[in-house]
Amino acid sequence: MIPVIGLVAGIALGLLLQPTVPSGLQPYVPIAIIAALDAVVGAARALIEGRFDDRVFVISFVSNVAIAAVMVFLGDQLGVGSQLSTGVIVVLGIRIFANAAAIRRSIFHA
Amino acid sequence: MRERLHGRSGWVIALLVGVLAFAITVQWRQAEEADDFSGVRGAELAELLRSLDATNARLTQQIDDLRASRDDLRDSNESTAEAREAAIRRANALAILAGTVGAEGPGIEISITAPPGAVTASVLLDAVQEMRDAGAEVIAINGVARVVASTWFLDDDAGVRVSGRVLKPPYVMEVIGDPDTLADAVTFRGGLADRVESRGGTVEIEKRRQIQVTAVADAPEHQYARPASED
Repeated sequence: MIPVIGLVAGIALGLLLQPTVPSGLQPYVPIAIIAALDAVVGAARALIEGRFDDRVFVISFVSNVAIAAVMVFLGDQLGVGSQLSTGVIVVLGIRIFANAAAIRRSIFHA
Repeated sequence: MRERLHGRSGWVIALLVGVLAFAITVQWRQAEEADDFSGVRGAELAELLRSLDATNARLTQQIDDLRASRDDLRDSNESTAEAREAAIRRANALAILAGTVGAEGPGIEISITAPPGAVTASVLLDAVQEMRDAGAEVIAINGVARVVASTWFLDDDAGVRVSGRVLKPPYVMEVIGDPDTLADAVTFRGGLADRVESRGGTVEIEKRRQIQVTAVADAPEHQYARPASED
């Protein structure tokens, strides 16, 4: 229940404050969001499969976001920023799909 | 397992999920108003700028081309208009010369009254010659016979036949030209006036500032003559 409160609070804060992303962070936010989504979907899969561990979730969440941001930053410095962020998004997307497929199998047995 | 979602760790998870939701919301709004290029990388911006430059150069080139062709067309239009005007002037001059249009201008009106048979074709022809000598531009007799290059005069029982049309006295010649010169050409000693008066007739001259000649000559169909080709 508490995570749902966090979800609602985050959306409400975002809508109410209407902040703008600082221009220095702008390349990183979309990648970080995808990485965090990967962690959340992975956590949901673990929850359904009955092996959820909050410590694992927190660490995977933070590290996913951090690694994604670092990779994009590194790509920008090396001059392959757009290619590398595309690659990161593709990999994370594949992981999200795989986890979603596992969740689907657990729920619908199909 | 479920109880792990409560308590302290539950709040940490809630915080992370909240941060994620917050970031998604913010980024969503950002993407909606992403008309500015603040989120675009430098390399992409440079690419964009280069393609815009190329488009700009191409369009500038196109503007120059179109402007040049517009100027060309305008020039040719002007020269066409000039040629047209010149052609119209020439056509007007030729039409007056050929007698195919009416004409107006300053001139004199000569009325010749004489007993029947006194004024012959040769007298009229001489009169026409004198008028032409004095610079007459348009001559018409009795308002019906326009005197042009191909006009001929012939004595007839009823009067004088001019280009096939029988004219009867009194004869009235309308002549367009310089009135004073024309009048002198009629009244000089031994001229038309003397000649008619010696045969018992009278000549009256009226100088007018505006004479209207409405008689036109029949445009002849040339049977033999063709314009010599100039090229």
